[in-house]
Amino acid sequence: MRRNGGQIVCEALLREGVDVIFGLPGGAILPLYQILPEFPELRHILVRHEQGAAHAADGYARVTGRPGVAWATSGPGATNLVTGIATAQMDSVPMVVVTGQVGRAAIGSDAFQETDITGITLPITKHNYLVMHASEIAGVIKEAFHIASTGRPGPVLVDIPKDVFTEEVDVEWPEEIDLPGYKPNLQGHSGMIRRAANLINEAERPVILAGHGVILSQAFDELRELAEKAQIPVVPTLLGLSGFPDDHVLCVGMPGMHGMAYASLAIEEADLLIALGMRFDDRITGDTSSFATRSKKIHVDVDPSEIGKNIPVDVPIVGDVKRVLVDLNKRVQPSTRIDWLNRIEELKRDHPSMLVRETDKLIPQYVIKEISEATNGEAIVVTGVGQHQMWAAQHYSYNEPRSLVSSGGAGSMGYEVPGAMGAQVGRPDKVVWSVAGDGGFQMTMCEIATMVENHIPVKIAILNNGFLGMVRQWQEIFYNRSYVATGYSHNPDFVKLAEAFGAFGARVTDNSQVRSTIMDAMAFDGPAIVDFVVEQEENVYPMIPAGMSVREMIEEPRPQEART
Amino acid sequence: MVTSQNGTKPEHTLTALVEDKPGVLNRITSMFRRRGYNIASLAVGPSEIPDLSRMTFVVEGDTRTTEQVSKNLNKLIDVIKVVDVDDNNSVWRELALVRVKWNTQPLSEIKAIVDIFGAKIVDTTADSLIIEVTGKSNKVNDLVDNLTGFGLQVQEVMRTGVVAMSRGSNEGDSQRRVRAEKPAVKWESGSV
Repeated sequence: MRRNGGQIVCEALLREGVDVIFGLPGGAILPLYQILPEFPELRHILVRHEQGAAHAADGYARVTGRPGVAWATSGPGATNLVTGIATAQMDSVPMVVVTGQVGRAAIGSDAFQETDITGITLPITKHNYLVMHASEIAGVIKEAFHIASTGRPGPVLVDIPKDVFTEEVDVEWPEEIDLPGYKPNLQGHSGMIRRAANLINEAERPVILAGHGVILSQAFDELRELAEKAQIPVVPTLLGLSGFPDDHVLCVGMPGMHGMAYASLAIEEADLLIALGMRFDDRITGDTSSFATRSKKIHVDVDPSEIGKNIPVDVPIVGDVKRVLVDLNKRVQPSTRIDWLNRIEELKRDHPSMLVRETDKLIPQYVIKEISEATNGEAIVVTGVGQHQMWAAQHYSYNEPRSLVSSGGAGSMGYEVPGAMGAQVGRPDKVVWSVAGDGGFQMTMCEIATMVENHIPVKIAILNNGFLGMVRQWQEIFYNRSYVATGYSHNPDFVKLAEAFGAFGARVTDNSQVRSTIMDAMAFDGPAIVDFVVEQEENVYPMIPAGMSVREMIEEPRPQEART
Repeated sequence: MVTSQNGTKPEHTLTALVEDKPGVLNRITSMFRRRGYNIASLAVGPSEIPDLSRMTFVVEGDTRTTEQVSKNLNKLIDVIKVVDVDDNNSVWRELALVRVKWNTQPLSEIKAIVDIFGAKIVDTTADSLIIEVTGKSNKVNDLVDNLTGFGLQVQEVMRTGVVAMSRGSNEGDSQRRVRAEKPAVKWESGSV
């Protein structure tokens, strides 16, 4: 059948099961947009800034497990996506991005709005394409979705010149994908799995480190089976949170720089680490030479380049976490490990990292705790990056898979608003709370207009301390309270701002108003913004300073900091 | 592992079978740059299979580094297969053209040096010679040293970079095999 390039793109997306696109048009991608009315099954959400489109596609992907889709035009449209693409790449999020490019004849001539976006995104995509003929589009889109969503997921960018959208060809829909250089190894090596099982059966103090891979491979039941069968405590990483229920008796909590002290200490005391779909990020290991030196390590990851990258490993297993666990669980013997679990309880008792201190002042930890209780731990929480992100990770109770959405690897401030928008579009049945900082919120707050316009009822809690809080905390601890360029002395009135956007707005300055305002925001039929004016110089604890070990952990505020 | 020309940095030789598509070299060199790996030598050419190229890399770094290089090469979609070339059971070759300034020395004596290295004088002008030499990298270095030692001024050295091949027969990477079959992947090989 005779089809033009734009029609082929839309039809290919439908064939891949796409139902929503986040995007913003411009000259080079206009022929694709003008075709869109022919495909009413494709819902397009017009964003205010392309960064919002990329983060929204990412948020959509993280809550649904299906690739998110973003569109943008050439030049600045495409470059505005870059932060969002890098965010997805660092956190292994499946995403397919389509960008318009200048016409084929103009490529390389520095034409208006020409940018080499395949060159720019080469190191921050799993793969990318510049499509020079309409006849290639069907195959490229199919490959793009395959690459984005299999193996270790990631973003794939497809750049299409303007005149390729209008080129007419007889379209052939490829049945199969031929990628000889891309054969992810999903089934773990049986000999290695046997060795891993032996190590687990012999271990006295094993700990499971559960990363994003558990969620990406949907290994929730298998992880639970392993933990329960062999009575192994589970330490989820930031992106692993919600992959194992927080309220499970074997869940120890997040480790690392701002993790629970007892979780970091459990890793330190362990004689075996079972790392599942995680990559020994520096926020977890600190100084790698002194990280978990007493333990042997089993490392399961679908990406072989992660194994042995940061930490030497005793038993490497390349494979999909779910499939590996299915095989491993058969070989692991039931155990009780009473001494070790008692020791973990002792660590929890002696290092109570989760306590929210009693105070009349409005502190951010209390706000998170209240949101957690008000939503019964059943909301999806989307965060920005910084102090509020760590408090949200620590004090919300994540019991359902995919209920925490956060930029872990890239650490992209400004993720909270558009990321939450995408999450809400992906899960319209859920309450979505965006936990924001006043800094990150202002980076992408324009998307509130998109939410109002499209009736996307995200609830936003701004933990407003008038600072770029995490940076301020570092200045306090490492630079003797020299607050250079971290204070916002004239933030906008966020309540008036909410009203200007047509959203619900409320301000909370006192503990007594917290719960009722949370309930008011959730009762409102539409996007809502609550400005929580919190203590300005509250710090995140525990804290292991960058590059140091668990032995240098600062567990609690020092006496001079105790302001209440 | 072999030791480099200056005898200090360890080096590994890797070969890769890659798709002959626009931008492939860029993807590969971008990965090396981004991850801070050093390429001591790089040679590219068509392979025995249509639309596929072979590359030979000499990479600076210890075994652990080279293993990561190999894994990250394999991670690229356009890279089909990476082989760590065994030091003891492989053939290495590099071709070099060496231009020397020539005035008074008898040609026969120069030719005697050139012959020792199995090299050839491939061009002469009134005041210069171009010598072609093929061999392992240290042979090329030795020829250049000898010519310099003889009193000749080496004006220009043009080297192709090393190409390498394991000895003995293997199953090969026939078109059919590469296109149709999934290679048996083990974690040890570090392939995706």
